[in-house]
Amino acid sequence: MGFLEELRALFPPGRLLTKEAELAPYESDALTAYRKRPLAVVLPERKEEVVEAVRLCYRHGVPFVARGSGTSLSGGSLPVEGGLVLALNRMNRILRLDPKARIAVVEPGVVNLEVSRRAAPFGLYYAPDPSSQPISTLGGNVAFNSGGAHCLKYGMTANHVLALEVVTPKGEVVHLGGPSLEGVGPDLHGFFVGTEGLLGVALEITLRLLPKPEAYHTLLAAYGSLEAAGNAVSQVIQSGLLPGAMEIMDRLSIEAAEAAVKAGYPQVEALLIVELEGPKEEVEEEAKLLAQVIGESGATEVRIAQSEAERQAIWKGRKAAFSAVGRLSPDYLVQDGVVPRSRLGEALREIGRLSQAYGLRVANVFHAGDGNLHPLVLYDGKKLGELERAEELAGEILKLCVRLGGSLTGEHGIGVEKKGYMPEMFAPEDLLAMERVKEALDPKGLANRGKVLPGYGQSPHQGGLKTDLGELYA
Amino acid sequence: MPEIFPSSLEEVREAVRTHPRLRPKGGGSKPALSSPQEGETLLNLSGLRGILEYAPEEFVFTAYAGTPLKELEETLRAHGQYLPFHPPLVEQGATLGGTVAAGLSGPMRERFGGLRDFILGVRFVDGEGRVVRGGGKVVKNAAGFPFHRLMVGSLGAFGVMVELSFKVFPYPRATRTLRVGLAHTAEALAVLQDLRTLPLDLLALDLVPPATLEIRLGGFPESLEKRVQRLQSLLQREGEVLREDEAHWEGVRNLAFLEGSPIWVKVPSRLDLIPHLESLPLGPRRYLAGGDLLYAGLEPHGLKALRDGGIPHLVLRGAQEVLFPSPPEAFFAPIKRALDPKGRFPLG
Ligand SMILES: Cc1cc2nc3c(=O)[nH]c(=O)nc-3n(C[C@H](O)[C@H](O)[C@H](O)COP(=O)(O)OP(=O)(O)OC[C@H]3O[C@@H](n4cnc5c(N)ncnc54)[C@H](O)[C@@H]3O)c2cc1C
Repeated sequence: MGFLEELRALFPPGRLLTKEAELAPYESDALTAYRKRPLAVVLPERKEEVVEAVRLCYRHGVPFVARGSGTSLSGGSLPVEGGLVLALNRMNRILRLDPKARIAVVEPGVVNLEVSRRAAPFGLYYAPDPSSQPISTLGGNVAFNSGGAHCLKYGMTANHVLALEVVTPKGEVVHLGGPSLEGVGPDLHGFFVGTEGLLGVALEITLRLLPKPEAYHTLLAAYGSLEAAGNAVSQVIQSGLLPGAMEIMDRLSIEAAEAAVKAGYPQVEALLIVELEGPKEEVEEEAKLLAQVIGESGATEVRIAQSEAERQAIWKGRKAAFSAVGRLSPDYLVQDGVVPRSRLGEALREIGRLSQAYGLRVANVFHAGDGNLHPLVLYDGKKLGELERAEELAGEILKLCVRLGGSLTGEHGIGVEKKGYMPEMFAPEDLLAMERVKEALDPKGLANRGKVLPGYGQSPHQGGLKTDLGELYA
Repeated sequence: MPEIFPSSLEEVREAVRTHPRLRPKGGGSKPALSSPQEGETLLNLSGLRGILEYAPEEFVFTAYAGTPLKELEETLRAHGQYLPFHPPLVEQGATLGGTVAAGLSGPMRERFGGLRDFILGVRFVDGEGRVVRGGGKVVKNAAGFPFHRLMVGSLGAFGVMVELSFKVFPYPRATRTLRVGLAHTAEALAVLQDLRTLPLDLLALDLVPPATLEIRLGGFPESLEKRVQRLQSLLQREGEVLREDEAHWEGVRNLAFLEGSPIWVKVPSRLDLIPHLESLPLGPRRYLAGGDLLYAGLEPHGLKALRDGGIPHLVLRGAQEVLFPSPPEAFFAPIKRALDPKGRFPLG
């Protein structure tokens, strides 16, 4: 039997999509500049169906891509031409929520925010909070080691995943990790998180839940320049405080957020949000120190949320910033490079200069506490050559981050978009070690072929992506 | 028994290329893991020590794997910072690399997480003598395969760690400990369960069997008094308050309570597993991190009971077979093959 016929035997007609119109929505993710037409999309409802589909792919040598909600910003869930897409949204059950053990066991298609919603009655929550949390899935979060605004203090997805059930690219089912916070033997589940679906498909995910903080203290401070806001962050850190979140927005994103959700932000050059959280007595003391630090930081205006509604209002603009900036421009690219915190000012100045040089607007809204930039490069895809210019500018920003001692990505992953830049950050031996691990687990190169590793597949887009390692992988 | 002392990355590569089987050793504080077995050459890493980069304002440092934790912590402490996963066996000479390879955390992991939550990057020599880097030197990073997380608990299976980068945090301004005795284990477990789900931001939450809880708080001196009082009224018990609690917790994290036991083990535990564990013939012991982490001292029959009961554990001293169960073959073996094809290193 051929591949498609065997698929038909596994999936009823409504859950196997092969027609052009049905496939269209799966051709790209949130990085819309890239498109690929898969051979078929299946909509599994149980993990056994995923396992069977992966085994079938292995037997026939058909590449496959797992997909959650398709919100990847780096082309992570871009299909492989002629390959299979495993769309996991229907696997959206929370299998177990055990407040006593402080864990939740979920299917990969469960939406991030749903876990916290279900844990809330027990005073618990799931800490990683990507801005996409109302739609992105835990399968996608696991693949990308997604972050959010609270990573400095509480870590990223990897720090909250205790165990995984995974089907390897060869179709074997393995259990990694366990229900305890501690384990023995190599941290294989920790290793799986962040490998962007190259080493298999997560079928079940055990998450650690945390008690919801008792008290918050949320402060909004306005500054006359981005640099002043950046300096304030350093001063907060130097004071010995460890806020749950520190976020900065520049004028362009403030204006956009204001236009979109009317958060009531002052219209200034830079806004800093600092949020303290913890037991109320502790937060009270920390707030006194924070007031003193911010008071000496040259802020032109300071607001403190006096109620949960006011706190939500402060966050509303920040959380909406991406989509709001989207309204300013027909298209945009988001980068998420990281720099050491003390180099933030330098990085932002250089981004401003690059923006001028390329004649493209760049909006900045970022996780300042952990040096994770989010420059949004605005462009118009209908204008000839503008996408290429935008990609080149984005690439310059990535190289800048690496040059300053940081990383290509803090949370959005490499995907197809940044794989050409991997040699900027990693030496050939580092990349070859990744390739070797990939090859050993996936000898046919089927799982998410063409992502992350510059040696696999070809750049799907004819834009500015480059590979320095040509001869190494030839 | 052959032993080599490399003092540079190049010498580590050389050693790996020339010896068919190697057993890396840091400070030797976990002899079950660092004692060479038949046919192995001891690779003593104590010469690869020292801090390479430390920027207190970045909350990040990079150090050689053979750096003794004691040395490292002294430097961090001078800048008001610490390793929040609170590594054990520091007094016994534990090194950074050995702690990663064993995957060990101590009582204060309760507050912000364990070793796996603070490791940021690694540079290691794989089984073919190649130098591989994973992760980075910034607090947030999602680029490439996270080899640094693979090293945690690996027992050195994939390579010889040479450099490691970690995230650190400011040390609490002040600390207090509340010690409360309960009537029996069941009652202690019930209280433990309640405490685990409350937003109390405890630094440590230990159960000392049969029925004592030790609860450590950290924060501003001005708030601590109130927080201790709140805990006391929550528990409806005065308990005993330790104002000077540093020495006590140093003893705990150095596993002083295991002294005298022939076999030392780490057991990943869980609240619902504790009653069963308590029915086994275990020696001196303490449950850390709200019951998720057990360190126990055993006699041989205690170890047998763990193994017969199918309870995962890692032996730190006193027995030859250290890891139970073996890592899942279908995922572990290919990675091992990719990084250590000739099987020079422990495990597999
Ligand atoms: C407006 C907006 C805001 C965002 N904000 C943030 C943010 O703050 N922080 C952040 O980290 N990210 C953010 N993102 C990026 C994105 O939401 C995350 O990467 C998210 O984790 C993707 O989830 P998804 O369900 O959409 O996955 P998809 O995009 O469908 O897939 C992402 C990757 O995961 C793989 N995958 C999916 N399921 C599985 C599985 N079960 N097993 C193995 N691999 C799998 C896919 O193959 C793909 O490589 C944002 C995106 C948007 C559009």
